[in-house]
Amino acid sequence: MKTDITWAIGGEAGFGIMSSGTMLAKIFSRVGYGVIASNEYPSLIRGGHNFVSVRITTALVRAPKKSIQILIALNKETVTLHKDDLDDNAYVLFDEKDYAWKTEEFLHPITLLSVPFADLVGKADGDLVMRNTIALGITMYVLGKDLSLLTQMIQDQFKGKGETIIAANIQSAKIGFDYGKEHFPTHKECNLSEGIIQESHLVMNASEAVALGALAGGMKFAAIYPMTPINALIPLFADHAHELGIVYKQPEDEIAGINMAIGASLGGARSMVATSGGGFALMVEAISMVGIMEVPIVVDLGMRPGPATGMPTWTEQGELQMVYRAGHGEFPRIILAPGDVQEAYTLSKLAFELAEQFQTPVFLLTDKYINETLWQLPSSLMKNQIIEKGNAASHADILPFKRYDVTTANGISTRSVPGEKDHEYIANSYEHDEHGFTTEDSGMRNSMVEKRLRKMDAMKKIALLPSVFGSESADITFVTFGSLKGVIFDAIQELETQGVKAKLIHFAWVYPMNEAVQKILSSEKRLVSVEQNSTGQLASLIREVTGVTIGEQWLKYDGRQWTSEEIVKKVKGI
Amino acid sequence: MDDQFLTETKPTWCPGCGNFGIWMALKNALTTLAIPRENIVIVYGVGCHGNMRDWMNVYGVEGLHGRALPVAQGIKLANPNLTVIAVTGDGDCLGEGGNHFIHAAKRNPNITVLVHNNEVYGLTTGQASPTAQIGMITKSTPSGVVDPPFTPASLAIFTGATFAARGFSGDIPHLTELISAAIMHKGFSVVDMLQPCVTFDKVHTYPWYRERIQKVEISEENLRDKKQSLELASTFGEKIPIGILHTRVEKTSEDCEIVANNKPLASIPIVNLDTVGILSQFQ
Repeated sequence: MKTDITWAIGGEAGFGIMSSGTMLAKIFSRVGYGVIASNEYPSLIRGGHNFVSVRITTALVRAPKKSIQILIALNKETVTLHKDDLDDNAYVLFDEKDYAWKTEEFLHPITLLSVPFADLVGKADGDLVMRNTIALGITMYVLGKDLSLLTQMIQDQFKGKGETIIAANIQSAKIGFDYGKEHFPTHKECNLSEGIIQESHLVMNASEAVALGALAGGMKFAAIYPMTPINALIPLFADHAHELGIVYKQPEDEIAGINMAIGASLGGARSMVATSGGGFALMVEAISMVGIMEVPIVVDLGMRPGPATGMPTWTEQGELQMVYRAGHGEFPRIILAPGDVQEAYTLSKLAFELAEQFQTPVFLLTDKYINETLWQLPSSLMKNQIIEKGNAASHADILPFKRYDVTTANGISTRSVPGEKDHEYIANSYEHDEHGFTTEDSGMRNSMVEKRLRKMDAMKKIALLPSVFGSESADITFVTFGSLKGVIFDAIQELETQGVKAKLIHFAWVYPMNEAVQKILSSEKRLVSVEQNSTGQLASLIREVTGVTIGEQWLKYDGRQWTSEEIVKKVKGI
Repeated sequence: MDDQFLTETKPTWCPGCGNFGIWMALKNALTTLAIPRENIVIVYGVGCHGNMRDWMNVYGVEGLHGRALPVAQGIKLANPNLTVIAVTGDGDCLGEGGNHFIHAAKRNPNITVLVHNNEVYGLTTGQASPTAQIGMITKSTPSGVVDPPFTPASLAIFTGATFAARGFSGDIPHLTELISAAIMHKGFSVVDMLQPCVTFDKVHTYPWYRERIQKVEISEENLRDKKQSLELASTFGEKIPIGILHTRVEKTSEDCEIVANNKPLASIPIVNLDTVGILSQFQ
């Protein structure tokens, strides 16, 4: 019996590859397993190679694994591209009509299980798109689980698509399951032990978690121009706008998007935008305006490999330095980089509180990997959505109202909203006085710059410290941010079992850094920054902000997320 | 009567600038309509027109060059009870902000756009704007403008604006009427406001406009006819028709949203995610 298994399926785009991964992950999450599903696909709608891997474990899981135990190939290319990732004794389920694979063509000793997917489809409704449902049916058998878990999922997943579609899928699932039972009765190596997770979980990607976190944080307005990898946010807002009491607008471009969000925020609604690097490049001028007007705004930036259009459906952490410096002129900002879906939810909610509290832009730095990988987060997080109010104007304010009072210790001044009598002001993109009127006066300019920058000190005081995992006195200490958290966490656990003392310092709150960060980093023996970019952007930022030089940088920029196996190998010098 | 809109800052426009007439007409319109001052938000573009923010005592937003309209739409969607006016210029609105202008017209938000149209970029000392006439000599077109100009009202009508008018800064009572009608119109309303730039344009002077402008009074039925409206709006030369050129009623951008019930977004309670049914898709 296995406690940890990675199942993968590949085939042409347009054949439900992605949704079979989603269904399998949800099936096992429902019955107490840890699941994580990650995908790889080219920037195409039809054709090309789509690939999903689902890691299923009996306890909670933090990252996918590269090595595969069950591979389902709906075309020849799937095996060709992934055969070197197969674990010893892995099962490969393939259709001889695509290619008659022989064991000697593989690096590892593996078990070939021939399944006539195309012929089996003929037994159902004949639609080739049903091959993935047949594959899921066989999967349930090979994992030693009841078919009913799958049929229930089909009923839930296709609810609203009509009885015919549900019936056809259930029939296909049964055909697959029965085929497995008849032909592979002795193949029990991949049977899974029972999952032990008691708590109920939801399965989603970081875009969806950011969306839910935003709603919990009181977000009322979002303007999002579609762009991979943040598109999953859009239907959550658009489909449910009325019941959620929010407005979602698709703007004509990202410039309009950020300016609409600024307008809505000035109008009193907590507002956000989401985009990727190219879209964010268009927003940069407006971010500078957010800086001088002191408007609460949340920006979710889902990074992907650049420059320019780059590799749109792959992953990278290439925009940290861009976000850190985005916008002409100098003004405060906060950068958060969630390490998993749970943090995507909690930090998204926090981002709205911080934006309101400090009246600044707050960035959520996500990436393709975290935005399109399915993870679990506890259902209980969705309760108790109480939000903190920011520094709002009141009748107690001295008139004439000073929206930009320069005398406050933390630089935060009282904010009014149109419609409030006697609290008129100008939200001015020019330098302004305390009422918002344009000024070029030397004294007022200095006071206003200093007012804005004082917020940085206030932010540093409440800045969350990086999370630290692993051995207290480590031989090797990894420093990273954002989505590499789980991958490195898995790596240090594996290293521990191999006798290497390793530690992870993970920045989810990236900037501005708490003063204590310098001390945390300076006491480490061997610092290695692990990043998903080619220039070590986090290491540069740390050096600039804390003076600590990270001696080694392990960088990956091929668009594929670091895996724990790669990190372990690198430590061992393999 | 006291001018409730005055601030401590005095206008810095050139003596004789068309902006004075426009400013006066806008204040007259807002006074006539008796809109509570705190419910007015003016979003300004960047240009000479935008400097009005400092001598106009209402909630103001001085945005980025070209970006007034998305900001105005955001404010209106956040709180539909506000009267939202974009004070913008020919360069701001049709040059830098052209994409926003046509898409705003397409959406039909209930906001008013006042286009200060003087054919030049005054604040940068006199280059041709997108409305500059062919042959016009400016700092950026020493041999004369070669590209044909936009006529803002016809562009507005063509792209979906449900109200379009053209007025003249030298006729304040008439312009007041047009601005009032535009603000009262429920939908995207555009007023193209012809104004001389006394410093950088020696051709399009007050007398030049007075010789050409002709007030038009059009029947309600004809005002709804896009084709007739377009013809009038694109007439610009020896004769320049001014007045309301187009008006019709369509669903507004806000009508399609939760704010159609006239509640500010901020006043709508935050829903409990586990009660609205949004979470079932993740189980």
